[in-house]
Amino acid sequence: KMYWWKGSGFSVITLIPIIIILDAVVFVLHLQNYQDVRCKCICPPYRNFSGNIYNRNVTQKDCNCLHVVDPMPVPGHDVEAYCLLCECKYEERSSNTIKVTIILYLTVVGALLLYMVFLLLVEPLIRKRDLYTQPLHNEEEAEEPPSVVDRNNTMLERVEGAQQRWKKQVQEQRKTVFDRHKMLS
Amino acid sequence: MESEQLYSRGYCRTGYSSYNSITSASSDEELLDSAGATMDFHTTEDDNLLDGDAASSPGSNYVMSNGGGVASSTTHLLDFLEEPIPGVGTYDDFHTIDWVREKCKDRERHRKINSKKKESSWEFSKSVYDAWSGWLVVTLTGLASGALAGLIDIAADWLNDLKEGVCLSAMWFNHEQCCWTSNETTFAERDKCPQWKSWAELILGQAEGPGSYIMNYFMYIYWALSFAFLAVLLVKVFAPYACGSGIPEIKTILSGFIIRGYLGKWTLLIKTITLVLAVASGLSLGKEGPLVHVACCCGNIFSYLFPKYSKNEAKKREVLSAASAAGVSVAFGAPIGGVLFSLEEVSYYFPLKTLWRSFFAALVAAFVLRSINPFGNSRLVLFYVEYHTPWYLFELLPFILLGVFGGLWGAFFIRANIAWCRRRKSTRFGKYPVLEVILVTAITAVVAFPNPYTRQNTSMLIKELFTDCGPLESSQLCQYRSQMNGSKAFNETPNRPSAPGVYAAMWQLCLALIFKVVITIFTFGLKVPSGLFIPSMAIGAIAGRIVGIAMEQLAYYHHDWFIFKEWCEVGADCITPGLYAMVGAAACLGGVTRMTVSLVVIVFELTGGLEYIVPLMAAVMTSKWVGDAFGRAGIYESHIRLNGYPFLDAKEEFTHTTLAREVMRPRRSDPPLAVLTQDDLSVEELQAVISETSYNGFPVIVSKESQRLVGFALRRDITIAIENARRKQEGIVLASRVYFTQHAPTLPADSPRPLKLRSILDMSPFTVTDHTPMEIVVDIFRKLGLRQCLVTHNGILLGIITKKNILEHLEELEQRAELPAPAGDHHKKGHPTSHGADGQPRPRHHHVQLVRSFTGRRSRLASPSPRQPPATAASDEEVRLLDDSEY
Repeated sequence: KMYWWKGSGFSVITLIPIIIILDAVVFVLHLQNYQDVRCKCICPPYRNFSGNIYNRNVTQKDCNCLHVVDPMPVPGHDVEAYCLLCECKYEERSSNTIKVTIILYLTVVGALLLYMVFLLLVEPLIRKRDLYTQPLHNEEEAEEPPSVVDRNNTMLERVEGAQQRWKKQVQEQRKTVFDRHKMLS
Repeated sequence: MESEQLYSRGYCRTGYSSYNSITSASSDEELLDSAGATMDFHTTEDDNLLDGDAASSPGSNYVMSNGGGVASSTTHLLDFLEEPIPGVGTYDDFHTIDWVREKCKDRERHRKINSKKKESSWEFSKSVYDAWSGWLVVTLTGLASGALAGLIDIAADWLNDLKEGVCLSAMWFNHEQCCWTSNETTFAERDKCPQWKSWAELILGQAEGPGSYIMNYFMYIYWALSFAFLAVLLVKVFAPYACGSGIPEIKTILSGFIIRGYLGKWTLLIKTITLVLAVASGLSLGKEGPLVHVACCCGNIFSYLFPKYSKNEAKKREVLSAASAAGVSVAFGAPIGGVLFSLEEVSYYFPLKTLWRSFFAALVAAFVLRSINPFGNSRLVLFYVEYHTPWYLFELLPFILLGVFGGLWGAFFIRANIAWCRRRKSTRFGKYPVLEVILVTAITAVVAFPNPYTRQNTSMLIKELFTDCGPLESSQLCQYRSQMNGSKAFNETPNRPSAPGVYAAMWQLCLALIFKVVITIFTFGLKVPSGLFIPSMAIGAIAGRIVGIAMEQLAYYHHDWFIFKEWCEVGADCITPGLYAMVGAAACLGGVTRMTVSLVVIVFELTGGLEYIVPLMAAVMTSKWVGDAFGRAGIYESHIRLNGYPFLDAKEEFTHTTLAREVMRPRRSDPPLAVLTQDDLSVEELQAVISETSYNGFPVIVSKESQRLVGFALRRDITIAIENARRKQEGIVLASRVYFTQHAPTLPADSPRPLKLRSILDMSPFTVTDHTPMEIVVDIFRKLGLRQCLVTHNGILLGIITKKNILEHLEELEQRAELPAPAGDHHKKGHPTSHGADGQPRPRHHHVQLVRSFTGRRSRLASPSPRQPPATAASDEEVRLLDDSEY
């Protein structure tokens, strides 16, 4: 029973960020900015006219040289030849997606950095203070069947327990990868 | 009927044994106890045993045909173990799963759900949910991996451009997006716009001059170092498993190995975050391999939502196969290539059902990534190209040459990288992972910045190399003379004489090639997420482009040669250097990974041109042949071998003529070890056996007199079951008798309550006879995914073969093939390889040996003492009583 709780509870917790990401993505897809559409025409040098790039916000249907190259540099009879050389591309982007993604990414990195600082600097200080109680507590936890612990403790302690378990796992992984070089070398 | 039911429970709920983990140093030798071979066929136990044996044919659904099975079991007073003990049937870290047992478990679960389906609408909806959960989980996996790939793409592009400068109008835009709407871009400098400021412009206020160059150089190195440092720090602090490419480990996991935490949430998070940092730091690595790992993490995490997959390791691996397809699908924008990649390279067990699910997952993932549109080009990858020019037959020669180059590069890279990684693994040098990353990044950044081809993002480089020169290209690679001097050339682009720009580009490309070749060897295996696809492709693309330009110039200056004369008319374009770059990329990737079909499909999906399949196939095949000539293993297999993962490669053939008895444990020199008897051990004795040995499973035999095999019990299951019983069951003390039989043994009246462990006994372990050729045994292991196999002779247990034993044996044979005729190995030399050509001489040879051991046994039988002097003890059937005191 407890295993079930652990498995699904934690996976639900981890699902939340992913769902948020997906939601955000879907949300911003609907928020398309008017600036997020462009028709870009690249016209190479022709005769003695230098090459040029034209950039306009038109619909996909109108995305061709005739609509986009507005001050036509060449005289009327050369337009056709000039436009044959130009390459027009209709492009879309979602600047909101980019914005949300970058902000999300930076937030996560920032949070991880903070947590890392906490783990590496702050927590050892706290640990030092209750050095005497901690080992005893740990042993108790190890001895007791975990289901009892889970039922009696508060949410905070439960989180603490999970964090301890996780730390132990990471410690083990670090040993495997960095010290013993059993994996991933 | 009763015994059938019991069989079903015993078989499906419980275990096989032990594959020996890489953490415990011991092997799975089992002691065989053959104190005397009393053959009594008339006990009930024996009948049960025979029942079990009759049903133990591979993968049998013995009970399924008899319906239900569990429902109407006659419950005994002591048979409280109707409910499965929590934890039984799970695996420890670094253990191998048993595919047969897992599949059987799944079938039984399915049967149970199906039989309940009609009972209520709740049960019916549960069955529907169960039936759909496979599709649901791959849908979710595809969604998540597509979204994450989009995130990685966008963030990596932005962070990569952050090394150069920053977008002032909107901080979150990369260079290209920053100038997206700008109208100030000119044809000559089309990537410049006022919104985008380089660091020199921001800090020094000037865009040109040596000062700003040095400033930009400095900022480039600064950002590269800080990204790399942050990446390795995050990996080290939060998730060490997030480093590396992940494909070798995923291959091992899919072949049935358990690495706890390797596909977990933290690994996913850290890998996603640090992958972006690692790519942006400018190291010579790609995001494709790690994306497969990320997708597999998603698959694993989502499978926890569905009991069908969370509780069954074999089913979970089907999801992971589909997830890896989704990973490649988003990495290369090649859904079909992803499915084939999963089939060819990663998966171990790939039924058709998984194929369809992989297809679907790849589709969903590609769709999500397409709708995110990370590159703004409505494509899934940056380096999507489209060619329409045809290729000519004489070009096959340079393509094949590129294939040869790819194969040589692959072989060289594998050798060098493995040597370097071995050094890292075995010497003190491996103790400084952070320093190593910093050093490699510093060297990369310092060397890469001056060369424009190495300074830019590797994906951009590949894109530039793949893109063919048209009138619109501004790349230095396309500065041909004709383009300089007027307009006429544009209407039809003929082969052009090269201009100084092209010569400069060629030099820079050659330097970039050398640099990439060297630095990639040291980069792959750093403790940051690092993929191999992109650097390999870049190397191939550079080489291909160089060859392509050389061919083009050759065709231009010597268009009267007869090969060119036929196809290249003067003024007509007949060589496409971009195509050469693409063929070279495929060849190099093929040389490194030794993939064929999937690689060709991936590259062809990148270009969307079916007409280039033949050049690609020719190059990839050549590169595989050339590479195989120097060593058959691809980079992933080599890393698997280097790390010693228990991976039994299904691609290799077993051609030796050894027999099962030579591979099985215990060997002659080994100490005799433990088996369990089915009904005369006490809990205390059982615990003693468990604590004294480190084996992961124990065969159960009828009794010491009759050595006949009853079944197999896993160490983990025994421990859990005893603990469970002592906690929940009254009257279980140390002196309690443990029995694996159907009925409790007759005990004295005052003895404590016995403990029944039949539910954890696997009554149909796979057995082979001692004369089975190893070819067949290896085949059984590969095809059925066994963990261990018991070796019997006339129904008498002789020993055990585990997957690890087989791997050791293969290693041994390989070493022996390299060193001709080792001196010390007497009994191995007793079976010369000439023996098994027709298979005939071998049995006779062993027959003689067995007769000898049989006489030994009989003499032992006659003698009152259970222990027998060395003459017979030297034979394979070694003797030791488990517990003398009881007799």
